[in-house]
Amino acid sequence: MTDGFAMNLLAIAAMGLATFAMRAGGYWVMGKVPITPRVRRMLEALPGSIVVAIVLPIMARAGLPGVLAIGAAAGTMLALRKELVAVGAGMLVAALSRLAGL
Amino acid sequence: MRSAQAKFTRVPSCQYASDLIARLRLRVPRKQRRLPHLSPGLLLQDFHAMSVAAESPAAPAFWSTAGLAEGARLALPTLPVLGVFAAAFGVVAAQNGLSLTEAVLMSAFMFAGASQFVAADIWTQPMTVAAIVTLTVVTATVNLRFVLISASLRPWLGGAPALQTYPALSLLTEPGWLMSTRYRSAGGGDIAVLFGIGLVTWVVWIAATIPGHVVGTLVADPRQFGLDLVMPCFFTAMLIPLWRGTRRAIPWAIAGVVALAVSFIIEGWWFIVAGATAGSLSAGFIDD
Repeated sequence: MTDGFAMNLLAIAAMGLATFAMRAGGYWVMGKVPITPRVRRMLEALPGSIVVAIVLPIMARAGLPGVLAIGAAAGTMLALRKELVAVGAGMLVAALSRLAGL
Repeated sequence: MRSAQAKFTRVPSCQYASDLIARLRLRVPRKQRRLPHLSPGLLLQDFHAMSVAAESPAAPAFWSTAGLAEGARLALPTLPVLGVFAAAFGVVAAQNGLSLTEAVLMSAFMFAGASQFVAADIWTQPMTVAAIVTLTVVTATVNLRFVLISASLRPWLGGAPALQTYPALSLLTEPGWLMSTRYRSAGGGDIAVLFGIGLVTWVVWIAATIPGHVVGTLVADPRQFGLDLVMPCFFTAMLIPLWRGTRRAIPWAIAGVVALAVSFIIEGWWFIVAGATAGSLSAGFIDD
């Protein structure tokens, strides 16, 4: 086993532990203190906030093909409500726009 | 879209569990009643309704091996879509330089699609301590939503021994949570159902990572096929069903602005943590 692989394993183990802490954490905390309406609002806003915080900067880095691909994914999702089709449409538009040299 | 949940959240004043469940069935639109699929965060839309249902009186919690089989049966319809997403992760992992072993271990130890896609994108070689810290903090941020989900299971699992609850919680996913909460709201109390759903979806998730990784290593230029944009496209698709009107989207806008600003100022992936934290905190100060 190389040092590099050991570090990779350490990274995976750390991420696994962090994920378990989240899965067990809410249940555990609920046994200690109730979740207030404010905390609940904050947790409810979290998934959307994470998605936007990830997508916008990546889109900005990817340039025009990124904007077109994400627009296509959003449009397809709005129309069909199927994640897999939306992802496929986004990839297709990204591939085509790069083929066109955008 | 928002009306179904908005109306339902006013319901808890009603007295009878059966009334609650009847209202639940009436209020949740058909679209949302179909069997769930692995879309991180997506199913929080059912949170209010489901958490109320989970607190309604039902059989006391217990554990049986028959429950494992029942959970496995409940999970079956979700497996094809789950497999496709795991394979997509395999492709992205291969493209970002993870070995097959590392991709499979990540699927096994994390078992959380959204955070795995992000982790594969952030993955750097050689791995440094700083990168491990970044990966861990970002993973915790993306998976913070599990806090809310597992908290909603407290009324059901609360009385059971830790040896029965924590293994089941360790394999908790959104579709598994939704399926088991439906089982609970129908009067079931077997904790092994939750664990059974977790085990079956976990095994399929790990197994389906492998063919995805094999395909991923065969593609020379991922950008040519738009493979580098799989994760943001997937996340964008997840965002659409989370829409609850403009007011609820204000924290998202704040998250987006902060993330963009931070991404231009600070190198690396801290914009995720900064944006998500800003959005979430702001929601605490916006009243419903």
